[in-house]
Amino acid sequence: MNFVALRMLTGDRAKYLGLIFAIAFSTFLLENQTSIFAGIMRRTGSQIEDVTDADVWVMDPATKYFEETKALKDTDLLRVRGVPGVEYAVRLFKAQPVARTSKGNFSAAVMLGVDDATLIGAPRKILLGSWERLREPDSVVLDQAGYNLLFPGEPLEIGRTLEMNDHLVRIVGISDASAPFASFPILHARYSEGLTFLGRERSQMSFVLARPKPGITPKELTRRIHDATGLKARTRNEFRWDCIHYYMENTGIPVNFGITISIALLIGLVVSGQTFYLFTVENLKQFGALKAIGVTNAGLIGMILLQALTVGFIGYSLGTGMAATFFEIFSHKMATRGIILMWETVVGVALLMLFVVIAASLLSIRRVLVLEPAAVFRG
Amino acid sequence: MKLPSSIDAVRCRDLQKHFGTGEAQVHVLRGVNFSARAGELTFLVGPSGCGKTTLISVIAGLLDPAAGEVELFGEQTARLSPAERVLFRRRNLGFVFQQYNLLPALTASENAAVPLLAAGVKHAEAVDRARALLVKLGLERRLNAMPRELSGGQQQRVALARALVHEPRLIVCDEPTAALDHATGESVMELLSGSAVHPERAVIVVTHDNRVFRHADSIAHMDDGRITHIEQRTPALREN
Ligand SMILES: Nc1ncnc2c1ncn2[C@@H]1O[C@H](COP(=O)(O)OP(=O)(O)O)[C@@H](O)[C@H]1O
Ligand SMILES: [Mg+2]
Repeated sequence: MNFVALRMLTGDRAKYLGLIFAIAFSTFLLENQTSIFAGIMRRTGSQIEDVTDADVWVMDPATKYFEETKALKDTDLLRVRGVPGVEYAVRLFKAQPVARTSKGNFSAAVMLGVDDATLIGAPRKILLGSWERLREPDSVVLDQAGYNLLFPGEPLEIGRTLEMNDHLVRIVGISDASAPFASFPILHARYSEGLTFLGRERSQMSFVLARPKPGITPKELTRRIHDATGLKARTRNEFRWDCIHYYMENTGIPVNFGITISIALLIGLVVSGQTFYLFTVENLKQFGALKAIGVTNAGLIGMILLQALTVGFIGYSLGTGMAATFFEIFSHKMATRGIILMWETVVGVALLMLFVVIAASLLSIRRVLVLEPAAVFRG
Repeated sequence: MKLPSSIDAVRCRDLQKHFGTGEAQVHVLRGVNFSARAGELTFLVGPSGCGKTTLISVIAGLLDPAAGEVELFGEQTARLSPAERVLFRRRNLGFVFQQYNLLPALTASENAAVPLLAAGVKHAEAVDRARALLVKLGLERRLNAMPRELSGGQQQRVALARALVHEPRLIVCDEPTAALDHATGESVMELLSGSAVHPERAVIVVTHDNRVFRHADSIAHMDDGRITHIEQRTPALREN
């Protein structure tokens, strides 16, 4: 009876297309919004993710997330180095100077000061120039998106200058640092130099980056550092999640996305569920005839499930295709780079849509099962 | 002339059926005794509302009687489980409805093949058998037409093919000509008596169209929930 079920389904073209559209539309919205939401949340920890040379982040207990830090004392670095199991520990500072170009463009930027000796704390990849050249006086590495922002329409090249707090600095490299939460340019400089660019005397050590000795897990090291120094120590992954949780709890972003996602969910459930249900109700007479002819209840359930799963599958595939196309286009754009269709969303929405079509078909199945087959004799 | 009851394909004894409860209860079947023989065309006639449709629904196993029994080919259908009853119906019954009840999304051949498909016959074979039957019923030019492209008479012929395709032992037709004009109704009736009647098959036709009575082998008259009398027609009478 599969054939009959599918023909019944496609026979009513308007409803069939309506169902597919409703499911495709809500699939697209759900996948799109959840992926963008996850991508934005992920950006809150971009600069943490970029540091691959150290697994443990040490900070003042008052520091809750990456953007807002309470400075550590210089002695804290030595105390961390003194904790057994620490292979090495280096300092990192983070500040938000305003960078200006000679043409007068300017933008607030994220400035990261990395360890003078080892340059630990800088992302590995560089597009132009080299990290080593940070050792030259008055030098910075700028990320590509920041470059495009500050020097719009100009080709990528090193040697240009920026001015920060009356200091003229030269760009010696262009990095592809992960997109930060607020789309500010990312500047890397040596720790000691970065401080002078900011015109500050006082030490501004924001973090200590540490790496455990072989055989010690980062998690274990965070425990040891905390016990020994009273400072807050987090593994890279924990700290990224701290940032995500901070934004989830302290901004309107989750609510905003939550509304869109709920609407998409509601449309998915209500429109496709109801359209499918109406489809069955309008076909009750046909189901009644099939019942009289001797199609078993199992056969009828099979037909309805097949119809529901078919529209569900086609709609979901279309919606996912649309979402994939969307991200294919936008993940290559500078402003939205790194925001991708996450497989978790694709799987999650698949399960959700499965739930929607099964829920819709259960109502339909109920209607058909209680249908009195003798009703076929009555007009 | 009374034939031995052993050849009765359908036998109903003292059937009772009511709808609703309390004040609103209607007693529709009030002790129906009825039988139909294999190889014959049995008409069930009577005024509108007298219980004809209810009776054939009970016979076909689509409704349960309140009391009394139905025996089809020696089988007491009340003894079958609901699931067995569905399978029994699928194997042994064919239906023709007043409103045709074809599936609008299927072609004529596919519609006629539905009972075979329901029984699990392969699609190609089922449709082939349905086509052969439609050709016999004069629809060779409309095999792939959709129901909405067919006239009422053509649709009823497709419905007839659907009732016959799985070679059931009992066919029940509820007012098969009521929606058709006289000439078309007449030709459908011709086909029904010509192709449905078979020595091992009983055919029950509910109608109140007396223009087609001459096709009947026997006519059971029903009124107010009872069979009032049975007219037996001889083959000679039937011819006219
Ligand atoms: N499902 C039902 N519920 C309530 N009353 C019904 C139902 N089916 C039939 N009836 C009533 O039973 C009586 C007989 O109906 P029916 O068997 O359809 O008569 P006929 O086919 O002879 O015209 C009518 O009065 C009708 O209203
Ligand atoms: Mg009736």
